[in-house]
Amino acid sequence: MSRILIIAEHDGQTLNPATAKAVTAASAMQAEIDVLVMAAEVDAVAAQAAAIQGVHTVRTLADARFGHPLAAQIAPEVVAVAAGYSHVLLASTTFGRDLAPRVAALLGVNQVSDIMAVLGPRQFKRPIYAGNAIVTVSVPEASVVVGTIRCASFAAAGDGGVAAIEALSVQSNDPGHSRFVSMAGGGGDGPDLSSASVVVSGGRALNSAENFALIRSLADKLGAAVGASRAAVDAGYVPNELQVGQTGKIIAPDLYFAIGISGAIQHLTGIKDAGTIVAINKDADAPIFEIADLGLVGDLFEIVPALERALEG
Amino acid sequence: MKILVTLKRVVDYNVRVRVKPDGSGVETEGVKMSINPFDEIALEEALRLREAGTASEVVVVSMGDEACQQQLRTGLAMGADRAIQVALDRSLQPLGLARTLKAVIDREQPDLVIMGKQAIDGDHSQVGQMLAAIWDRPQATFASELVIEGTVARVTREVDAGLETIEVDLPAVVTTDLRLNEPRFVKLPDIMKAKRKPLDVIPLAELSVDAGVEHVIEAHQPPPQRGGGRKVADVAELVSELKQRGLL
Repeated sequence: MSRILIIAEHDGQTLNPATAKAVTAASAMQAEIDVLVMAAEVDAVAAQAAAIQGVHTVRTLADARFGHPLAAQIAPEVVAVAAGYSHVLLASTTFGRDLAPRVAALLGVNQVSDIMAVLGPRQFKRPIYAGNAIVTVSVPEASVVVGTIRCASFAAAGDGGVAAIEALSVQSNDPGHSRFVSMAGGGGDGPDLSSASVVVSGGRALNSAENFALIRSLADKLGAAVGASRAAVDAGYVPNELQVGQTGKIIAPDLYFAIGISGAIQHLTGIKDAGTIVAINKDADAPIFEIADLGLVGDLFEIVPALERALEG
Repeated sequence: MKILVTLKRVVDYNVRVRVKPDGSGVETEGVKMSINPFDEIALEEALRLREAGTASEVVVVSMGDEACQQQLRTGLAMGADRAIQVALDRSLQPLGLARTLKAVIDREQPDLVIMGKQAIDGDHSQVGQMLAAIWDRPQATFASELVIEGTVARVTREVDAGLETIEVDLPAVVTTDLRLNEPRFVKLPDIMKAKRKPLDVIPLAELSVDAGVEHVIEAHQPPPQRGGGRKVADVAELVSELKQRGLL
């Protein structure tokens, strides 16, 4: 049987839902699943990981350095713990995408990036060319499987697990060449864009940063996260981390509103797995309508306030 | 300071990529090829560092068949000082590419390597991180700002939660995100000048690289198509549709 080590992602207190999605993907590989939590203080995060259905053991490494973990510092630790595992998996977040290849190279293996479907313990599907083609990849038995899991393709595993928690001791010294300085941005009030069940995104047609208040207001009413097209981000209406699309965040909410977004391929790639897509655009021929489940042609500056009123009523 | 920049030849980002009917790959016959856009940003950043007097030499490297010399020439026309092609007779996977680059680094001894955060063909996003690991040097991925202060690079990274700033000692590997800069356009006289700049070819065999265990690519498929839905007449119909689907 395979043994899978999943590297937990967290902010020091709360486990990122991406980790439970990686557990779902791992569950399809007929394996014993362990989760590794590296943090300055591991207790809270380890308890959350232990509660995920399907997790066998949570292994922990506590070190002050892991308060702001950098790939160069933690990759050697992951490699030390990975001995005896057939698979090492991470979520395909910026954390996972930064760390996984460093781990893979230290293990001397290639990596499977952005696993979107599990066909067997060593056989996967993944997107290439911005999702315009899907390849089936097999990892030979001679190689450890290192992979990142595309979050939009898997639901989070449920709670109710009772995994054992086992503390390990740190093996490596700080390489001393990489230092965390600061973290800016984020900190919005609404739900997290990557995992929200409803997302309201605005595009270039909003015309200004001020007008984006319309999008925020509708999102508030729906309890939704706010997103944006690349055009809106490039125009400076909203910060970078709100960008939805191939070069931004790839998301799969139950309900997605694309407002004033024409639907460039790179944006569509980021929302293909959404449950229901609603498009509001004044151009009836906009490409977004080709994939929208429900389209409404008209002026967003009239429709959005009207929609908000209708939601109140 | 010497900067090494990688340039990958890829299908141009404006091309609508199609899977071949037999599933053996994607259609590349007669398709426009370009420098991977993230690599172009990497080169632009290196050139700006040279123009600011921080760097003294910018070397571009491509790993591929003879055709990738075209992208190296474009890189030279943008302003790189010289080019290296590692001649491959077959494509390598990320580990093999990273090990090949490490062999080039052993010869060139750069102070900084800048490369795209991913190539837009395979979308692996692995080679930079792998190179940093094999080289046992720092990595600063997904960079949106790069400042060199002496022997330290201060890099702002685009991460899911916002912007993270880290400091890494040189030499280091930096991978570029979209917003680091806007690459310059190449001017005709520079294309002529680029023809006289040095372009060395190193056969892969000369570097004795172990490509490792390679993954087996079994099939290519077109992505599942998402069928379009329908248009609603007004806000009231939209709300009632969403309610019917249990979404409101």
